[in-house]
Amino acid sequence: MMLSGAQILVEELVRHDVKTVFGYPGGAVLDIYDELYKNSHRIEHIITAHEQGAAHAADGYARATGCTGVVIATSGPGATNLVTGIANAYLDSVPLVAITGNVAVPLLGRDSFQEVDIVGITQPIVKHSYIVRDVRDLEFIINEAFALASEGRKGPVLIDISKTVQREKCEYVGNLKVSASAPPALPELSEALEAIARCGKPYIYCGGGVLASHAEEEVLRLSKLLSAPIGLSMMGLSAIPSSYELNLGMTGMHGKYAASVAQSEADLLIAVGVRFSDRATGNIAEYTKNCTVVHIDIDDAELGKNVPSVIDVCGDAKAILTEMLARLKPFRNEEWIARVEELKKGGEPADDDASAFTPRNIIRCVASRVGKDTVVATDVGQHQMWVMQHYPFEKPGVLLTSGGLGTMGYGMGAAIGGCAGCGWKRTVLFTGDGSFGMNLNELATAVSQKAPLLIVLFNNGVLGMVRQWQSLFYERRYSSTTLGRKTDFVKLAEAFGAAGKTVSTIAELCDVLDGPLPDDGPFIVNCLIDKDEMVFPMIPSGGSVRDMVLK
Amino acid sequence: MGERFTVGLIVSNHFGVLNRISGLYGKRGFNIDSLAVGVTEDPRFSRMTIVSTGDEYIRSQVVKQLNKLHDVKKAVLLEDGQSISLEHLMIKLKTNGSGNAEIVAHLNSYGGKVLDIGDGYVTADLTASTDRINEFIEKCIPFGILELCRSGSLSLSKGTDNILSIQDFQ
Repeated sequence: MMLSGAQILVEELVRHDVKTVFGYPGGAVLDIYDELYKNSHRIEHIITAHEQGAAHAADGYARATGCTGVVIATSGPGATNLVTGIANAYLDSVPLVAITGNVAVPLLGRDSFQEVDIVGITQPIVKHSYIVRDVRDLEFIINEAFALASEGRKGPVLIDISKTVQREKCEYVGNLKVSASAPPALPELSEALEAIARCGKPYIYCGGGVLASHAEEEVLRLSKLLSAPIGLSMMGLSAIPSSYELNLGMTGMHGKYAASVAQSEADLLIAVGVRFSDRATGNIAEYTKNCTVVHIDIDDAELGKNVPSVIDVCGDAKAILTEMLARLKPFRNEEWIARVEELKKGGEPADDDASAFTPRNIIRCVASRVGKDTVVATDVGQHQMWVMQHYPFEKPGVLLTSGGLGTMGYGMGAAIGGCAGCGWKRTVLFTGDGSFGMNLNELATAVSQKAPLLIVLFNNGVLGMVRQWQSLFYERRYSSTTLGRKTDFVKLAEAFGAAGKTVSTIAELCDVLDGPLPDDGPFIVNCLIDKDEMVFPMIPSGGSVRDMVLK
Repeated sequence: MGERFTVGLIVSNHFGVLNRISGLYGKRGFNIDSLAVGVTEDPRFSRMTIVSTGDEYIRSQVVKQLNKLHDVKKAVLLEDGQSISLEHLMIKLKTNGSGNAEIVAHLNSYGGKVLDIGDGYVTADLTASTDRINEFIEKCIPFGILELCRSGSLSLSKGTDNILSIQDFQ
């Protein structure tokens, strides 16, 4: 069958079970958009306000569904606008296929109108990338790209397709099966198993790799078998129900007191699907001082990258944990359990007065009014850390948050993508006035898509996280963090065709949440909070648990 | 800083591959001392030899990160004792008038040969280890070096156990 490049692309998207794509049309993708128009019954295309929003939406969609997200943009500025979104997906290992158009083959390399070398620009932030100049290569490349994005350690792959390729025709096969790599063999486990058998105070450190491998159940079983408490990286936060008694919550710079202290006292750290980021460990030497580390990860290059002298186990977390569970004997150290229980009770900053309009109370109030399956997106900053600390996640994969790149402005796009991924059910976005300001244009998208987003805006008029550092480490010199804006977020919502309400007490917030919320569009709850609220606990950058500041 | 080490790689032979590889070194802050590349017996693949400097951590990270690149079919560390490394030098030296016995003697003692000779210059080449070439160049300085170029080190493993055969990737 002879098909054009644009037709081949659409056929392959359908064949890879892509139901929704995000993007923005333009000159160099006109042919692709023409085919999307003809195939709108097979693939839903969601146009955003800006390509960055589309990239974050595809990322949020991928996290919420576990499928590979797809984003399409035109050449030049369309392509460069994807860069932050691609980098975000790269640092959080999110499977993403980014498709860009490029100028016709004879115009490539001549600084033609809207031509950029997007393959060159994105090279350090993709798993792999292609520029397609010959339509006969396209079918294989699309197949390989989808395989690469979702195999091994997941991540973004970029396909830059010249306009010539989109228009030219070639024979289409339609049943290629491409695998980028052989599935990893089960590694040698005896050293790890011996270390576990020898330990007295085991601790499981669970990260995003557990979600990617769908090994949540296995981690939970391991924790029960060894009576080992679990600490979570931010990327792994939703993997284990927060109600599980040995789940101590997030570790790291703004981690929970019990999670960080128990980690420092453990004699064995079973790290699953984590990369020991500097934000998660602080001072590496202090971090691993008391414990043997068993590091399980699918990416061989992560083993030994940040934490030296560990027992490396390279492979798929689910397969490895399943085998370990079959070969391990139950273990229980009552003293260790008692110590963990004690840590859980003490240490944390005292509960806020129940009626105080504090971030913690706001988050609890929202959480108590939405279901466990509700997709929750965040932006980046203080509000994000408060959500990590206080939102009771119970279901894997419902949290969409920018971890490695820390992208302010991620939230709006991600929430729209997550909402699309969960069948347009109510989706919550926690954001701050700084982050929201970066990509609030996507309100237009949420309105036109009738996306029922509940946008909880922590509005303190300042860039809170930077201000916190300035308060603690820069003698309160608030350089460029006091915004002094006069944005009326309720009127803003209305201007976009949405609605909103400003609240400054818990009672008002409850009223708004209990009242009818629109099911056919976004709603902003503009929460006016104190600008000097800080995120605690905090372990200063490069510090250890001994440096933890609790209030 | 650590020691010099050599990585041998089989890579896809198409444009952009060199960029990805040098980009990886740059992004991770690893320095490249020399890089040599040429097509293999199968035009779909090239073989590279990259020499850089670093400690055990950098050595292991370089090889692991290189092996993650889709265009890198295989990257291996070529340990000094288990591999042979050679580099090719071409050098143009100043001579004073007809012939220069001293230069020729220096060349002969290193096993180099004269390629071109003319009024006021002699061009020679030498194939040897990088260290030996460094030493040779050092001793050429007093003669007056007009210009030189080096191929970068090429390396193969010793024996037949650890060969980077492209048959594994065809």
